[in-house]
Amino acid sequence: MTGIKNYFKNNIRQYGMIIALVFIMVLFQLLTRGILFKPMNITNLVLQNAYVLILAVGMLLAIITGNIDLSVGSVVAFVGALAAVMMVTLKVPVALAVIISLLIGLSAGSFQGLFIAYFKIPPFIVTLAGMLIFRGMTMVILKGQTLAPFPVSFQAIAAGYLPGRELTVLGLNLIAVIFGIVLSLIYIFFEFNSRRNKQRYGFELLPLSFELIKWTLIIISINALTISLAAYNGIPIVLLLLLVIIIIYTFITQKTIAGRHIYALGGNAKAAKLSGVKTERVMFWVYANMGMLAAVAGLVVAGRLNAATPKAGNMFELDAIAACFIGGASASGGIGTVIGAIVGGLVMGVLNNGMSIMGVSVDWQQAIKGLVLLGAVCFDVYTKNKSGSR
Amino acid sequence: MANIHLEMRNISKAFYGVMALDSVDLTVNNHEIHAIVGENGAGKSTLMKVLSGVHADGSFDGEIFFNGNKCTFSGIKDSEKYGIVIIHQELALVPYLSIAENIFLGNERAKNGIIDWNNSISEANKLLEKVGLNEKSTTLVENIGVGKQQLVEIAKALSKDVKLLILDEPTAALNDEESNKLLNLLLELKKQGITSILISHKLNEIEKVADAITVIRDGKVIDNLHKSTDKIDEDRIIRSMVGREITDRFPSRKSNIGEETFKVENWTVYDPQHHDKKAIDNINFNVKKGEVVGFAGLMGAGRTEIAMSIFGKSWGVRHSGKIYKDNKEIFIHSVNDAIKQGLAYVTEDRKSYGLVLINNIMRNLTLSSLKSISNSGVINSNEEVITSQNFREKLNIKCSGLEQKVEDLSGGNQQKVVLGKWIMAEPDILILDEPTRGIDVGAKYEIYTIINSLVAEGKSVIMISSEMPELLGMCDRIYVITEGRVAGELKGKEATQESIMKCIITHQRERSI
Repeated sequence: MTGIKNYFKNNIRQYGMIIALVFIMVLFQLLTRGILFKPMNITNLVLQNAYVLILAVGMLLAIITGNIDLSVGSVVAFVGALAAVMMVTLKVPVALAVIISLLIGLSAGSFQGLFIAYFKIPPFIVTLAGMLIFRGMTMVILKGQTLAPFPVSFQAIAAGYLPGRELTVLGLNLIAVIFGIVLSLIYIFFEFNSRRNKQRYGFELLPLSFELIKWTLIIISINALTISLAAYNGIPIVLLLLLVIIIIYTFITQKTIAGRHIYALGGNAKAAKLSGVKTERVMFWVYANMGMLAAVAGLVVAGRLNAATPKAGNMFELDAIAACFIGGASASGGIGTVIGAIVGGLVMGVLNNGMSIMGVSVDWQQAIKGLVLLGAVCFDVYTKNKSGSR
Repeated sequence: MANIHLEMRNISKAFYGVMALDSVDLTVNNHEIHAIVGENGAGKSTLMKVLSGVHADGSFDGEIFFNGNKCTFSGIKDSEKYGIVIIHQELALVPYLSIAENIFLGNERAKNGIIDWNNSISEANKLLEKVGLNEKSTTLVENIGVGKQQLVEIAKALSKDVKLLILDEPTAALNDEESNKLLNLLLELKKQGITSILISHKLNEIEKVADAITVIRDGKVIDNLHKSTDKIDEDRIIRSMVGREITDRFPSRKSNIGEETFKVENWTVYDPQHHDKKAIDNINFNVKKGEVVGFAGLMGAGRTEIAMSIFGKSWGVRHSGKIYKDNKEIFIHSVNDAIKQGLAYVTEDRKSYGLVLINNIMRNLTLSSLKSISNSGVINSNEEVITSQNFREKLNIKCSGLEQKVEDLSGGNQQKVVLGKWIMAEPDILILDEPTRGIDVGAKYEIYTIINSLVAEGKSVIMISSEMPELLGMCDRIYVITEGRVAGELKGKEATQESIMKCIITHQRERSI
């Protein structure tokens, strides 16, 4: 029993956020009279929020180091504009243009990382400058106008679905259903493997009944999502992209030396440095990586809009930052998880979507999101103090 | 009352059950310079904080009489009203404000909240003349040296109509010329009727200016000397300062000293703030296998700076000199190089430099040895638990589990985590900087035992400590460090607290001639 108690105590931040997300979902399901969970709306939710979630993953790393990146919205627009020039004006093949775009994002991030890590300019200032620089460059490249349309194959990245829409059973897309089942199996395999490994080392395990409940809940959520997607158009390609990113970054942050070094740097930079962490290098890569993920988001946004506009990505950085903080990251650094940032992003997404369906005006939406951010962080600070004092 | 300026009666103050001051009486006469001496942690600063109201009335026992009147201070502002001004060792000036602005900070020459700059500047100029500082009062404080900043502090005190000036180690950061100037100023002020209390380690300075000396040790007044009645005798002061009975116990160890394994030659490092000031000057030392070598010295002697500059150039600029390990010259440019060469540095400030407080015990323990529990960059979390569990048991870290955050641990257990982190990295030479600072006697004993077991395995330990009994009890050899130089080398068995102190003072004397 103490095992379970400890488990909850150590993971209160995570579970608090998930419970909040479930609560908000149920609330809006009721308020919108069932529209929120309609298959079409679920698909919309995924398509609308993919870019914020991608940005939130990169932003999370910056926030773990104790800083933020204000430039991501501008980098999104900048990469979108360059992609448009390449694909629309210069007719570069899509695959090549995508690769070049990602490299441009990486260089934009590296450029800022260089100043932050090696010239020791505060990240707030460097990325504020980056925000202005890349927004300005976007305007220059686009000459203040919108470039469109993108090739159809490129649009698919952001707005397309996995093929096989003809294969349906009882009105459900077969591929999507199978996708959910495969995902569940993979999940079970990993959980089982980790449990067996722990057993081999002779560690105390959580009771199997408890784990079974947890696994069942997660499998139900996975399949509920894929089945409702199956009832509409199937699995959006961007969801696949998002899943891959979440898995990669969860792995990096939780399992690798590089990830551990980011947390140590954020928790206490001086101690990390004296312990042999190459703090400059870590900082540099965190921002370089942010640039690359901003490029991914930039392509998704451009593909979804099917156009590159000078105003694309405006204020995206703030959405991404808010997602991380709602998801339990600490503003002073050293604390936060990828899953938390995703949950935080989803909370914002569901709020947006639910309120839009209800017909709440955009002005009120802003205000309410602000209050939710404030409330979430208050909750966080409160639980932290409580667990600290005991 | 005629001649007594300040009287502190029966002052006692405890921190968390430890007596910092134990029924201290202090009497300071009018128009004298009264020196207070004692080792680090003897209680000098606490006493001055009581006097200046930093420790508010009610947080200590005892009474303070100033010019015959009983006073209660609940803050610095209260004591300043009586004309008691303290100048701390770390100067409290704002670097980006001008001299005049600093002098009148918090005490601005203003009418209805609007500053009268002409008045401020002319007043400031008068004060500067008084303290003999030849600078424009509009110069920014960051552009003048530490010695002149010290004078600005004194000018600031004078602007508050000071009656009793307290200086905490005023010459610690000054060179000899600046020190002399400052001391002469104190004598000058004395003539003008200002009484001073001077806290200092430097006995030669005290001999020069002090009319009376009070020696404090372990929170008690040990000795009082007056120039008029007593002969000011250096040996007597030193004996009073350090003459505590050695009540600490040290686990016994049979030294098994091998060959020389680590040698530093002509190591010179410049101050990171003043790139032309030598902070570490031509240091030479060596360490043998299985040996505990002590670095003795007073606070600010440069011991931490030596250790950190060797440990991957983590302190200072313009490093020069040679480092040898096992008779081969090695080059250490970063912390990683140092770790690769088998060095470990356990910092004196475990909270700021040693631990990631918000992380748990396990993550702190493994931070420097992640490679050994990983496979191509991926951490084996089960291996991590096993290794950490091992160290937790070996070092007897008392905690609720490896998942406990280190910020919730006691000082002694935190220290064990820092030690564990470095032992896990399997170094050959461990530099321990104040390894027992701020931890209780029991935990100290455990740390000593760990040190003994390390050298028994053939590792070498460099131990920096301001607690001399600890060095005498633990070390095979002791280097005495003062002002960034090696002042002497003593065999552990032959060294005494007196001989170490003597070594420091002789060196200072030679330097100041």
